[in-house]
Amino acid sequence: MLAFIAKRLAIAVPTLLLLVVFSFLLMHAAPGGPFTSERGLPPAVLANLNAKYGLDQPMWRQMTTYVWGIVSHFDFGPSFIYKDRTVNEIIAQGFPVTLTYGSISFVVAVLTGVGLGVSAAIWHNSWLDYLAVGISIGAQVLPNFVMAPILVLVFTLWLGWLPGGGWEGGQWQYVIMPVVALSTSFMASIARITRSSMLEVMNSNHIRTAKAKGLPMRKVILRHALKPAMLPVVSYLGPAFVTMITGSVVVDMYFSTGGIGKAFVDSALNRDYAVMMGVTILVGTLTVLFNLLVDVLYAWIDPKIRY
Amino acid sequence: MVIDSTRMKSLADRLAVDEVKGRSLWADARKRFLKNKAAVGGLIVLLLVLVFAAFGGTIAQYSNEELDFSIMGQIAEKGGPSLANGHYFGTDDLGRDLFARTVQGTQISLAVGIVGSAIAVLVGTFYGAFAGYVGGRTDNIMMRTVDILMSIPYMFVLILLLVVFGRSIIMLFVGIGLISWLDMSRIVRGQTLSLKHKEFIEAAEATGVSRLIIIRRHIVPNLLGVVAVYATLLVPLMILTESFISFLGLGVQEPLTSWGALISEGSGTLNYGTYWQLAFPLFFFVITLFAFFFVGDGLRDALDPKDR
Amino acid sequence: MPLLEVRDLGVSFATNDGTVNAVNGVKLRLEKGETLGIVGESGSGKSQLAFAIMGLLAPNGTARGSVKFDGQEILNAPPAVINPIRANRVAMVFQDPMTSLNPYMRVADQMAEVLVHHKGLSKRAAVSECVRMLDAVKIPDAKGRISLYPHEFSGGMRQRVMIAMSLLCRPDLLIADEPTTALDVTVQAQIMQLLAELQREFGMATILITHDLGVIAGFCERVIVLYGGRVMEEAPVHPLFAEPSHPYTRGLLRAIPRVDHEGAVLDSIPGSPPNMTRDQKGCPFAPRCEFAGDDCVEALAPLAEFAPGRFRACNRSLEEIA
Repeated sequence: MLAFIAKRLAIAVPTLLLLVVFSFLLMHAAPGGPFTSERGLPPAVLANLNAKYGLDQPMWRQMTTYVWGIVSHFDFGPSFIYKDRTVNEIIAQGFPVTLTYGSISFVVAVLTGVGLGVSAAIWHNSWLDYLAVGISIGAQVLPNFVMAPILVLVFTLWLGWLPGGGWEGGQWQYVIMPVVALSTSFMASIARITRSSMLEVMNSNHIRTAKAKGLPMRKVILRHALKPAMLPVVSYLGPAFVTMITGSVVVDMYFSTGGIGKAFVDSALNRDYAVMMGVTILVGTLTVLFNLLVDVLYAWIDPKIRY
Repeated sequence: MVIDSTRMKSLADRLAVDEVKGRSLWADARKRFLKNKAAVGGLIVLLLVLVFAAFGGTIAQYSNEELDFSIMGQIAEKGGPSLANGHYFGTDDLGRDLFARTVQGTQISLAVGIVGSAIAVLVGTFYGAFAGYVGGRTDNIMMRTVDILMSIPYMFVLILLLVVFGRSIIMLFVGIGLISWLDMSRIVRGQTLSLKHKEFIEAAEATGVSRLIIIRRHIVPNLLGVVAVYATLLVPLMILTESFISFLGLGVQEPLTSWGALISEGSGTLNYGTYWQLAFPLFFFVITLFAFFFVGDGLRDALDPKDR
Repeated sequence: MPLLEVRDLGVSFATNDGTVNAVNGVKLRLEKGETLGIVGESGSGKSQLAFAIMGLLAPNGTARGSVKFDGQEILNAPPAVINPIRANRVAMVFQDPMTSLNPYMRVADQMAEVLVHHKGLSKRAAVSECVRMLDAVKIPDAKGRISLYPHEFSGGMRQRVMIAMSLLCRPDLLIADEPTTALDVTVQAQIMQLLAELQREFGMATILITHDLGVIAGFCERVIVLYGGRVMEEAPVHPLFAEPSHPYTRGLLRAIPRVDHEGAVLDSIPGSPPNMTRDQKGCPFAPRCEFAGDDCVEALAPLAEFAPGRFRACNRSLEEIA
């Protein structure tokens, strides 16, 4: 198992390095420096600024300094726009918020999705199955950026039950809509995947064997069907995680929750490359770590995978 | 939002096996597809949306850039949908004709979806078939590369690209095309790999049929089903990606617009009671996505009939 | 009272292309300890017949008629009736040992659960019983290998595991559905020999389902020949081989390759197996039968005893096909 993890890390590290180098090169490919653009600063000031941010150094030097800063003490350097703030501060402010509603959404999506999918498969062609299929088909055209305004329209403007935005330290009223907006389409996808994989498994030969053993249906499902049916779901968790983090950008924008998505879009609109790169690399790292976790989980379920 | 891997695999397995009945496969599939009400309905809706995108401009009373000064400032009261003043879908927040803008947004969104999917088909099929057919170390390196690219949070990189190189439709196409082919290449590779070892391919090789003919007569027709289904299901995913970026205000730029941008604008003005600004773009967005999904699912079910 | 009595069993499936009648009006009796062979081409309904008896039809399948096990009706029986019988009194060995074992469970766990469930044994006691049974099916180093996963066994070894698992509760009836089809020829012989030994040792009644007449000859006392979901002929094994009474059985026998007739042309039955969605009146074999007349397309004579213990369903008399 340890060797397996090591092997996965051996792929993860170059992936991340690639990401860092790629985003760094992108930043430098941008026409003009971050300070040349609109403000028309006097050349002396510009030179000073460039010196302060190390932009007068040769590119490889800048890159190694940057990479070393990240590797040695997770330091993404200063923001280009907010003179007195570092990228780390900006991320540290938003990250706990994103983590909170993100993980709640993730758990909600997985639990309800799997539950719905399994029940739909077990009671195949029943009203429950049709309901589950209906929900999962309907929700696939309701991504977060569609869910968010609809939720606000219904629950804030019409019913007046929930606040239309803000975070307030994560009080439950402020968490509900972000979580629903973020998790709905995942819940639907997971339900759909679970259902079809469960149906596939229930039709497989080893389930027939389990039935021939005289086991009650409950045991057939719990002991024999659930584990293999979860494999496609587990391999979907990786992409789901990425898409969910991406979706947090919309949630932050629409509900003013103040997570890292907000920092990302602000910096994108302000051309604050340092913050953009910082967030991108952070998200990349999380993704790689999460994929590692998923691989381990997959190998744990499927004995045919040899590390 | 995802393409269901279990069912794609089931489809791939079936299409790899059914070479013997190859001739009747597509005829059977067409029959089954036409029996599928949701799929046929989806196809009709798609045609209607296409007609709307292509000819909607000719019946619009205003251009998509024109500001209607008679309405400006009183959008909530006068800007609603009306046949009388020619704003069939009402106006947007600035007094621009929403009908013209929805037509224009439909064109952009459909174009992005179809071009993204087309890039995926071209690049993904070639890349995947090559890796699968050559095999060995080349295959290993090529697929590891795909693995690495897939574990990059592409939306963030895409936005980075758009910010650095400026927002333009070309950049959007490039960015979406860059990521869309990854999954396709994996599917095509898997299919090529399993075809390579099928008896009918080996039989063809043993009887001295040339490689080129094997690829043309046996591999490509068998890939066709999987690629067609996947491409159809990919279009709505591409539209979703574009809409996401445009929703954030990072996609197409004014005066051009897209469904995502229109939904974003419409949802920003909900507070003023101008619901139509969200409703019309959202309606087209939703029915088109549904239609694509139904057609894609119908195509898959037609090629891989199973009781689901 | 016979151990198993099947009367007028019919199995049909609802598919996109219409209703498929896989089994039609099959009847059979089996006494304690008896060995019965069911032979037929693929698509003759022989596997579905077994699944119907065990209540294991696919969700789109329905069964009609009556199946009595030890006097109790088990066809379409509720779980409370059928589950205590499955594996405990009627066990089944499936065709494909590669996929019939649970690939995600250790062999020890999937075997032991049978004993834990039916006999109430503790897990530890169940596992040691399972090891004994694996020894009985001649798996070397059973004790060490019981904690492996199925994919770590070869095909033949997996089928041995499957057989061992089916015998754990010492069932009264074993249904073996093409137990050797998916295996190599040399392994096939070993498995059949093992099955024969075990049958003598445990004395359970056995139904062997196969398309291979050679396998039947060495194993069964009585044979049922199935075609198009209908019983064509039923007879003790020796008369069946010596003087087949049905045109289809004759065709089958002629189609067996023989090493002692070198150079002889191998006969095959012209035509292909019937389309099971078609109308079920008439003899399913009629389109391929050299003796068929117009009456055969219209109706099929019922299965009738023409000599002690020998039954045939054919519109032509024995003389006519002689």
